[in-house]
Amino acid sequence: MIMKTTKTLFGALALGLAMMMSPVSAAESGHSVPEITKQSWTFGGVFGTFDRMQLQRGFQVFKEVCASCHSANLLAFRNLAEPGGPEFTEGQVKALAAEYQIADAGVEGGARAGVAADRWPAPFANEQEARAANGGAMPPDFSVIAKARTTTQPFPWWILNYVTAYSEGGPDYMHALLLGYEETPPEGVEIPDGKYYNHYFPGHAIGMPPPLSDGAVDYGDAENGSTVPETADQYARDVSAFLMWVAEPHLVARKEAGFGVMLFLFLFAGVMYLVKRRLWANAH
Amino acid sequence: MASHDSSYVPGSAVEKWLDERLPVIRWSKTHLLDFPTPKNLNYWWTFGGILAVMLVVQIITGIILAMHYTPNVAMAFDSVEHIRRDVNGGRIIQAVHAVGASMFFFAVYVHIFRGLFFGSYKAPREILWILGVLIFVLMMATAFMGYVLPWGQMSFWAATVITNIFAAIPVVGTPVLELLRGGFAVDNATLNRFFSLHYLLPFVIAAVVVLHIWALHVPGNNNPTGVDVKSSRDTLPFHPYFTMKDLFAILVFMIPFAWFVFFAPDLLGHPDNYVMANSQVTPAHIVPEWYFLPFYAILRAIDFNILFIDSKLGGVIFFAGSILVLFFVPWLDTSKVRSGTFRPMFKWFYALFVVNFVLLAYLGASPADANVLGLSVADFSKVCTAYYFLYFFVVLPVLGRIETPKPLPASISESVLGQPAAAE
Repeated sequence: MIMKTTKTLFGALALGLAMMMSPVSAAESGHSVPEITKQSWTFGGVFGTFDRMQLQRGFQVFKEVCASCHSANLLAFRNLAEPGGPEFTEGQVKALAAEYQIADAGVEGGARAGVAADRWPAPFANEQEARAANGGAMPPDFSVIAKARTTTQPFPWWILNYVTAYSEGGPDYMHALLLGYEETPPEGVEIPDGKYYNHYFPGHAIGMPPPLSDGAVDYGDAENGSTVPETADQYARDVSAFLMWVAEPHLVARKEAGFGVMLFLFLFAGVMYLVKRRLWANAH
Repeated sequence: MASHDSSYVPGSAVEKWLDERLPVIRWSKTHLLDFPTPKNLNYWWTFGGILAVMLVVQIITGIILAMHYTPNVAMAFDSVEHIRRDVNGGRIIQAVHAVGASMFFFAVYVHIFRGLFFGSYKAPREILWILGVLIFVLMMATAFMGYVLPWGQMSFWAATVITNIFAAIPVVGTPVLELLRGGFAVDNATLNRFFSLHYLLPFVIAAVVVLHIWALHVPGNNNPTGVDVKSSRDTLPFHPYFTMKDLFAILVFMIPFAWFVFFAPDLLGHPDNYVMANSQVTPAHIVPEWYFLPFYAILRAIDFNILFIDSKLGGVIFFAGSILVLFFVPWLDTSKVRSGTFRPMFKWFYALFVVNFVLLAYLGASPADANVLGLSVADFSKVCTAYYFLYFFVVLPVLGRIETPKPLPASISESVLGQPAAAE
């Protein structure tokens, strides 16, 4: 009798819990930031690798547009020639580095031409200077920005991220942000002077003016003759991919190692299962 | 220490010479090879071995990371990034250590909940259980301090929020807080002492693990029936039967571990920790790592004053109590039957306890002002916190008195032979 009651009671409770977990909590829907749709990236998923040409284009956008305000203090010129990245030639990297003046107290005049081992020079000497030039806002450093930003999914869906190894929240966010500007803010939203309305920026008032517009960066002709569209969407895609590489330069090597490790583990576990079964067959 | 006679016969003159002076080989044979182990242990019992491996993985990767890490507020963040970028294999070593912490906690929760279901804490294994809870507490302290070391935003704010808990303790609170932080705020002194202690505590854990295994080897393993070992027919030698079975389980456990390390090393972490610590900018939503969430939910659930105890101290009391209560479980559970398999009512309360614990974790991750099915997170947390404590202080003591357990098998071998399907 007691058993039956307890079973019914717990059954009802379990049902209640299951129902409660399924609808999205108000927490997520309470945010006024619209949900960001996941983009398709060549480096997404388990099998993803960087598209070398896309990284080169993304670097061009970074160099010509972003780098005038944003630093990337952990990026060295030599990284641009390393395998798994944009893979410029060493000659290209040396020539590129030489275009920049690097502050060096040890040389006459306090500055010298850059070499491949130098880090990417910051556009401003310090935070105060950066803020003064940007209406009080601090343009964040780009070294790991692709991993410092992400998107959120409502309750049941984020569980899928563990199965799909979703790690592209940063590029998805940046792509959305770069295209998320609105010239006239929606009714009832006050944007202070010197700020811009952006759908995806927390609080919507962003200090960065819309950085990309169609045709702003000249990609030239691609090596194989096909031309890449020179649109803001394409620039946003390319620079987001590039910044993912800046944040995770060993992504390709890491995944490659992962396949070897996984194969080894599955085989070894399979063998150990057979060993165990054989061993235990006459244990009882 | 030995609960059974040694069958070791020195095979050579050197071994005999050694055996008379330091009988390590005899000890190893008794405890690592021949140790009689109930033959009906299921795969839940492999998590002990998995945990031992995880501790070794964490210590080895941790020692390598410490060779390249700089515990200084100006350099710590970049030095971790330096490990990921410039140290050979650094991206993987760092990921193994960070993901390893999560896997370690996953395994320890399985291990604890296995003990709670099969009554592994009951006589004569109380000390074994208490040492286990002590290891869990040490793990929490170690993981918390380790999380501070990369000096990201979440590191800094977790350190601030968690050390602040101690300020609620009457009289000694503020001095303890300042001792923990090495000053009035979380700063370089905090980072340095956390690094020092984060390096120390794993070895303390290793020492307590030795005691834990010692305490295991006196009464021997519990088993899924909870019935004592009655004869040698009930047991098999640890090696090769359980060494090989554990090795298989360890390899299976390594598969999701490797999945995260190689394909999504940051998925279990928080993006805010890729922003360097800044005491002037508070993150919008401070959350601890997932393995602390149930206890964090309990801490937050007490948002009301209880008589003369204000809500802050109340939260700390419940938070500490939720862990300390585990030390007393052997005496709170009055049932003589160990295994939950033979306890028809206990099973359901236990299942609810597991669901409740997962719910607490979910609530711990939700913003305090959110709603979960029409109930605010604050109220929901109170209900779940109440059940957490009711389970220990009411369910376990009362069930033992009112419940009629199912008949127990006469011996382990009878239960194994009676159910060939379960004879895995």
